[in-house]
Amino acid sequence: MAQVDNSTSRIDDYFDLDSQLSSDEIQVRDAVRKFVDAKVRPLAGQWWQEGVFPTELIPQLAELGVFGPTLPEKYGGAELTPVAYGLMMQELERGDSGLRSFASVQSGLAMYAIYRYGSEAQRLQYLPQMAQGKIIGCFGLTEPDAGSDPGSMRTVATSVPGGVRITGVKRWITNGNLAQIAIVWAKDDQGIIRGYIVPTDAPGFSARHIATKASMRMSVTSELYLDNVFVPQENQLVESKGLGSPLGCLTQARYGIAWGTIGAALDCVNVAASYAQTRIAFGKPIAATQLVQERLVDMLSLTVNMQLKALQLGRLYQSGGLRYPQVSLTKRDNARSALVVARMAREILGGNGISVDYSPIRHLANLETVDTYEGTYEIHTLIVGRDMLGESAF
Amino acid sequence: MKILVMVKQVPDTATRIRVAEGNASIVTDGIKWVINPYDEFAIEEALRIKERLGGEVVVVSAGPQRVEEAIRQTLAMGADRGVHIKTDEALDSHVVAQALAAVARAENFDLILTGKQAVDDDAAQVGPLVAVFLDVPQVTVVLKLEVDAEHQRLVAERELEGSIEVVELPYPAVITAQRGLNEPRYPTLPNIMKAKKKEVRVESLQALGIVPNVKVRTVSLSEPPERPAAKILTGDPVAAAHQLVELLHAEAKVI
Repeated sequence: MAQVDNSTSRIDDYFDLDSQLSSDEIQVRDAVRKFVDAKVRPLAGQWWQEGVFPTELIPQLAELGVFGPTLPEKYGGAELTPVAYGLMMQELERGDSGLRSFASVQSGLAMYAIYRYGSEAQRLQYLPQMAQGKIIGCFGLTEPDAGSDPGSMRTVATSVPGGVRITGVKRWITNGNLAQIAIVWAKDDQGIIRGYIVPTDAPGFSARHIATKASMRMSVTSELYLDNVFVPQENQLVESKGLGSPLGCLTQARYGIAWGTIGAALDCVNVAASYAQTRIAFGKPIAATQLVQERLVDMLSLTVNMQLKALQLGRLYQSGGLRYPQVSLTKRDNARSALVVARMAREILGGNGISVDYSPIRHLANLETVDTYEGTYEIHTLIVGRDMLGESAF
Repeated sequence: MKILVMVKQVPDTATRIRVAEGNASIVTDGIKWVINPYDEFAIEEALRIKERLGGEVVVVSAGPQRVEEAIRQTLAMGADRGVHIKTDEALDSHVVAQALAAVARAENFDLILTGKQAVDDDAAQVGPLVAVFLDVPQVTVVLKLEVDAEHQRLVAERELEGSIEVVELPYPAVITAQRGLNEPRYPTLPNIMKAKKKEVRVESLQALGIVPNVKVRTVSLSEPPERPAAKILTGDPVAAAHQLVELLHAEAKVI
């Protein structure tokens, strides 16, 4: 047992990146890891199979401080560095991508939208309660017929006395059925995309749970229907204007994914390595065979690449020099790499690999979503291509 | 209540320990250092007493630079400030206890808490020695602690073989914590960030007036003999159970 644990820390930090982290960054990571080990890992397979999000964890996650942790203290944040935030996401996703998604949407999308595009009154009204997990937010941008091309959205916000009336449908909305508020993006009378804070109990608002997912089963995903929903003027995100606003939120969430996927990959590498060290075939551990070693080393190599890229991304964020195409490149590559790693891990586990008794199949199925949402692999390719070549190929 | 908690930084219990060249120390490379688990119970108890009665929780630890990390972790759990007796020397329990007692003496604490022993050397010396140096009562291996602030007395339950002993004593006193005293809290992210701003005062043995006259020296360390690899039975539970019984009988000869 002790031996396996030593190799876990070796796998987790093969390039001694801990030496590049501050002590509070390490402490944040370890605190979240401890929480996830104790409260999430033992039951993750069961929750996933049952298709439920463990809502009983919400107050505990809030207490731990994972909602909006980078925000200033007066909004309920802890002023975490971007790297500490990333490491937090890594440890949440080591548990399950659905858990990380919950935190990503609450922090990176809903809270960030209010923080970045809301008024001071809106920030003070919503953010501290969202940090405490008392208000859960969701983020409605994608529509049934507008995914990669959000500019073609059909949801409209028509001016009426005292506010707007919103009509439209949003799909693939994480936390849709758990949320008390939805950040809904809609076109105003001039056709400009703006954000609105919509209470989910507003007349005309309904959410339908999407129960057919074969991926991300621990996460609640919904379709939102807005039928002439009245939203008062004071609920408009005053600073939001144009598609750049929701895309600014997506950059935050994509940054979290760039890190979160490392957690899924690390869990897969660790599980596969310890399985290979203890699974005996033909009289010796399968880890002592060349084919399995090559695969495990490939997995480790991909994971180290993910770590190096994410860490530099975090340092760029911290220094203020971060450009969104860099986030796109990292989201694109890390989500895809994690998917490849998870698939290899599943293979090493043989027949056992198809059971949720072991985490790789769960990560593998989840990562199909992660590779797709918040900008598909292809969309990020085009974002980087445009940035690299000065030619838009959308 | 002003409470001092004495903590030691030890290798993570899951770490595989290797003996370093010279056979007098261990390889520290790649070791994950943690707070001695028994000391975590002491910290938690101190924090709970403070939450009930008010006051201050101060944490002290002796050791090299890396020990600051352990102190910061206790600050993240909620301790108010730390004292780091910084030294690179290999000390024995006696010298460490002298140094800790010097810190304790300087500030008049009501209560001094620590773990019943450190999981690295299992010496279980420091708590009792500090009590002796300070000339205050001590209770070791404590499972339950009640503070009667009005009469300045403690009621402590100790774990004995097959029974529980209840003792009463005045404080100031030294209490050493046993597993089961409480469930230590997780540090939260906001508290980790707040801990950065808390004070950790650095002390030296010299400034505390301690001459490191080590009485006990490590002569040699050796690794336990290798155990044969474990056999893992997989497959059908009924067949595996039969196989297990067979192995316990024929190979392990225990049934």
